[in-house]
Amino acid sequence: MSAVSAPPAVNSTPSTPLFGSLATWLTTTDHKRIGRLFMGTAILWLLGVSAVASVLGFERIADDASTFDVNAVPQLFAFARVGLMFGVVLPLMVGLAVAVVPLQIGARSIALARVAALGFWAWAAGSAMVIASIIGNGGPGGGNAQMVDVYLLGLGLVLVGLVAAAVSLFATVMTARCPGMTLDRVPMLSWSALVTAVSVVLTVPVALGSVIYVAVDHRYGRLAFGANKGIDTWLGWAVGHPQSFIYALLSFGILADIAPVAARRRQLLRGGMLVGIGVVSTAVMGTVSQTPQVFEWSGSTSDKLSSLIPYALFNLLPLLGAVIVIGLALFTLVNGKPRLVAAFVPAFLGVGMVFTGMVGSAIEHVSSAGLAGTVFGEGVSYYVGYGAVLSGFAGIVFWAPKIWGTKPPSSGVLALSTVAFIGIVLASLPYYVAGFADQPAGVVGGFEYGGPSALWNTASTAGHALFFLCTLLAFAGHFRGVESATDDPYDAHTLEWMTSSPAPADNFVEVPRVSSATPLLDAKIPAEVNA
Amino acid sequence: MSAATDRQLPAGAPPAARNTILVGVGAVAVAGTMLMYGMLAVWFKFRDAAPLRTAKNGKLIRDWLPADIAIPEVVTNTLMITMVVICVMAQWAVYSAKRNDSSHAGLALVVTSMLGVAAINGQVAVYVQMGIGIMDGPYQTMFYAVTGTMLFLLVTGLAFSVATMFRVYAGRVRDYQVVSAHALYWYFLATAFLAMWFVVYVQK
Repeated sequence: MSAVSAPPAVNSTPSTPLFGSLATWLTTTDHKRIGRLFMGTAILWLLGVSAVASVLGFERIADDASTFDVNAVPQLFAFARVGLMFGVVLPLMVGLAVAVVPLQIGARSIALARVAALGFWAWAAGSAMVIASIIGNGGPGGGNAQMVDVYLLGLGLVLVGLVAAAVSLFATVMTARCPGMTLDRVPMLSWSALVTAVSVVLTVPVALGSVIYVAVDHRYGRLAFGANKGIDTWLGWAVGHPQSFIYALLSFGILADIAPVAARRRQLLRGGMLVGIGVVSTAVMGTVSQTPQVFEWSGSTSDKLSSLIPYALFNLLPLLGAVIVIGLALFTLVNGKPRLVAAFVPAFLGVGMVFTGMVGSAIEHVSSAGLAGTVFGEGVSYYVGYGAVLSGFAGIVFWAPKIWGTKPPSSGVLALSTVAFIGIVLASLPYYVAGFADQPAGVVGGFEYGGPSALWNTASTAGHALFFLCTLLAFAGHFRGVESATDDPYDAHTLEWMTSSPAPADNFVEVPRVSSATPLLDAKIPAEVNA
Repeated sequence: MSAATDRQLPAGAPPAARNTILVGVGAVAVAGTMLMYGMLAVWFKFRDAAPLRTAKNGKLIRDWLPADIAIPEVVTNTLMITMVVICVMAQWAVYSAKRNDSSHAGLALVVTSMLGVAAINGQVAVYVQMGIGIMDGPYQTMFYAVTGTMLFLLVTGLAFSVATMFRVYAGRVRDYQVVSAHALYWYFLATAFLAMWFVVYVQK
């Protein structure tokens, strides 16, 4: 049995009545539709997360009055934290991968398509339960015990859904590649999808185990895990850093795929790029301890070394991977004949933001910096989370011809990316500064420090609001444009651009045979040059 | 048709079977292993944090397993043996399916399913014989969380066995990849159960 030779039936009748169309979406096993479902719902989540983050930032500006009661604030913080990682970043990345990876590797469908669809619906149902429970005062620290149970059940479903989608992606890259597409020839997005899938399969079930413990404890005994206030204690690592680097890993694959197209040359040191993406995934080690590995600059040399080694493994190794990927992308660009590919701008800016978050995480974990428990960590989360979203936007724009059949207008993409970039910097950088001024995390009042706290929190609020606005515009579809795309609108290199735009239901008329990582580029260059 | 589709690559040969289901089940097994091992790691954390007390034999032990709770070792050891036998039966099904021997493959899957039911029954028997309440204390709550998760996984294994059995009896014995995946899933369950058995029932 093969996913390539026997693709599942695809329901893609173009002009069905409303009910039929709805049923088609509900029962679809077409990977492009499942991917779009993931991405669309993740963008809806993003609207909620950026709105809540904006409101929380606003609450921090003035210390005198709070709109929310004491119970609501920790729940809103939890909504922003959990929502950003499990509602937005990881599903957005998984959705993009589900939509694009089978095209890139020459498969006619995604492997285990029903598992991927199950993953989406489990995640969507869990998401709805999480949101409903927080509205019903049932988030971490919430006062409604039954709704807290619903929150935990929803969170469990969210995790199960994401793992299911990761299993499907893993099986696709491992088993559905077209003839000649060896693992070292898969495009960078597919490679990063594989690495992400492996990392998710290894780490997210550990978080699920904690959810089960906390849920059973909360439902029955409330004796061991701190009841509703223990949720953050036991699950904080799963939405913190370095774990969040795993969720943002696809950003590096997006940049690595777009950079050679913008450079108009083959990726230089391609093997190094594969290694670089793999090295970022060493962030999975954060799951091992579930506590931050802090570098203590005190005591004897032996003491310093004994804290430096785990610190370096947990915090600096992923950073090294990011440096390799960004460096090789720029190296290719410098050595090519660069031209403006609109999607490159958000891809590069997004990865830059993720990288800034990774650097921040490394600084945060130096004990003498004194940043533990401050808003600095929130700044890291927003840099990584929003940066990954900007990269995801780049991916959606770049592969829009294959997903929707339209080519987004460059001017709109560049404008939206620039505003989103400003929004990210405004939302995150002030928290870096306020972190050094000891503004505590997770509270909206009761802090005073020497610096202009109102300024930092106002800037951050404006940043979140700006990002909300960008999300709204993106969700409205303004970036997609109406211009029909040609099959290869970017003069690209990889296999997905050899099929029509949008890609047909089974992706390829005939499963092709490839002999390199850039079959389309090979086909464009005369045979004697290739030789 | 635009420039891109003008440049057609040669069509590849029809792809050979690539064990998609086997690889998918392998990934699920890894995820399940991380789930169970993660839960056991938390169990260790709580057990190591328990205060010391003097046991009946005079030794100092961690006050983790409440003194009035006895693990029914006969049942738990039988359960462990059952898991090993299930793996043998599941592998027998693979052996037979590869030889297109539907009668033996079917028989092996029937036995696997019956032993799966026995394993579930054995876990329920452990609950009955121990007679502890989930709200009696931290140990009890965590005990039910860990063993309950394992029980749920056993139920999924049983469902997999039944589904595979129906496929074989429906004449799809040549499609032995599913039978292999089924065996792999039971290997994972046995490994996970072995870890849980050792930590929860033997080390206590």
